[in-house]
Amino acid sequence: MEKTIICTVCPQGCRITVAGEGSRIDSVTGFTCPRGKAYAEQEFICPMRILTGSVRTCGTTEPLLPVRSADRIPRDRIPECMKVLRTVTVKPPVKIHDTVIKNILGTGVDIVACSELE
Amino acid sequence: MNEHNLICDVAVVGAGPAGLAAAAAAKKQGAGRVLVIERDALPGGILLQCIHPGFGLTYFKEELTGPEYAHRFVKAAKEAGVEFLTDATVLEIGDKHLRVLGPSCGLLDIQAGAIVLAMGCRERTRGNIRTPGTRPAGVYTAGAGQRLVNRQNLMIGKKIVILGSGDIGMIMARRLTLQGAKVEAVVELLPYLAGLTRNRVQCLDDFNIPLLLSHTVAEIRGHQRVEAVKIVQVDDKRQPVPGTERVIECDTLLLSVGLIPENELTRAAGIAIDKVTSGPSVNQYMQTSLPSVFACGNVVHVNDLVDNVSRESEQAGRSAALFAAGKLPETKEIACAPGTGIRYVVPQRIALDGTDADLTLYFRVTAPGGASELTAAQSGKVLTSRKVRRVSPGEMEHLNLKNSVLTEGNLTVSIAAEEGK
Repeated sequence: MEKTIICTVCPQGCRITVAGEGSRIDSVTGFTCPRGKAYAEQEFICPMRILTGSVRTCGTTEPLLPVRSADRIPRDRIPECMKVLRTVTVKPPVKIHDTVIKNILGTGVDIVACSELE
Repeated sequence: MNEHNLICDVAVVGAGPAGLAAAAAAKKQGAGRVLVIERDALPGGILLQCIHPGFGLTYFKEELTGPEYAHRFVKAAKEAGVEFLTDATVLEIGDKHLRVLGPSCGLLDIQAGAIVLAMGCRERTRGNIRTPGTRPAGVYTAGAGQRLVNRQNLMIGKKIVILGSGDIGMIMARRLTLQGAKVEAVVELLPYLAGLTRNRVQCLDDFNIPLLLSHTVAEIRGHQRVEAVKIVQVDDKRQPVPGTERVIECDTLLLSVGLIPENELTRAAGIAIDKVTSGPSVNQYMQTSLPSVFACGNVVHVNDLVDNVSRESEQAGRSAALFAAGKLPETKEIACAPGTGIRYVVPQRIALDGTDADLTLYFRVTAPGGASELTAAQSGKVLTSRKVRRVSPGEMEHLNLKNSVLTEGNLTVSIAAEEGK
């Protein structure tokens, strides 16, 4: 299988072509830096994304607290993670990068606060 | 607050990313009292509603969300000793003077050694683009929708069409999809993407949202609420192609059709405005045509990366502090103008200070292209150049050079396609 990937590591936007099957990579062409090559390989095998969203708050003037995954998670798991975010309500005080949900859906990645609540 | 008069060294209008970076930099440069005036209740500006990642990749070398990026700058400004006046609107600026109104401060006159304008942008609306049809509820600008969804916990619709492929529009396509809405299409008048490629990949392609280039919304339908939009293909003169009309049922139309630097204060003060950017014309110190007034960020020109705004604004803040202390050099200026294939250049003027200080020229090309060479030349002599593999009006380009290589005469930035590519 061959796939053309637009690299998003930098604004250059290299078109990188990856050939392989499943998690086996046969060839990577069109990249111009090592980061781009690594990105394209990962994108071919399993695209990873930072999840961002928000959770409800109570006891404060801001109705929502923005949150993110502390690290990248598989792109395909983002919709089910969003459903989990909808079930959570946080109360102040919250400090930046406090854990809001530990190890979301067994991905090994925590959901953390992007802002503070006082 | 009982004070009706206030004196500070540097007054900054707006506590978005530009104002925050400028204020902290002014303080670090030695300005005594630095005051930021903000009309919202919290500092941070539009970053607070930009809960997606992608900020800080060049400034911090890590990927942050908008609120995280804002948090770092608010913290840095507060630690540096910057003061904030929130819930307060600047009514008027002039030479070393501002008039401010707010529920807690009342009517306040401020004397400042220098002023930094950091008001950012406003969104273009349906009125600006004159979309025909009825006037139902459910037509939002992308940023207004973003604020409702990301800060106020209000969902704006279920079936959505987005007009304009600007970054906020694409980012909202992803956000609305993640929040459970169906985004039917992103419709773009131009034959190319208006925003960053990475947003197309991560916001549209990831969710199989159709991008219709060379299309526009020809009519909005619905009485109480949007019921449908009629879209149509356009030709290379942006005129509708008969027979290509198609009706998409939806309850919401989101407009991401460009930003306008918010320069009412600037214009009223008689400061010179660049017709292309709609922002004040500045020199490399980010100094406007009124020497005590500086400007930075989206109020000068619409940026695509906040990282660039922060850097540019630090320059404005440092320069304002130096000006307030009487230490900013006053020297002869040359014009820095767009040449072939370039829409605008910032700064528009360069003060020849004779130092080996680095100058960065920021500019946008007029049309997308392949491998090209960007050059800055004076009297036909190329002073700096850089080869790029691809250019797009949606992605700002830059060139670096030393002030000391400049002589008198206009500096012109241009682009030439590389032969054979």
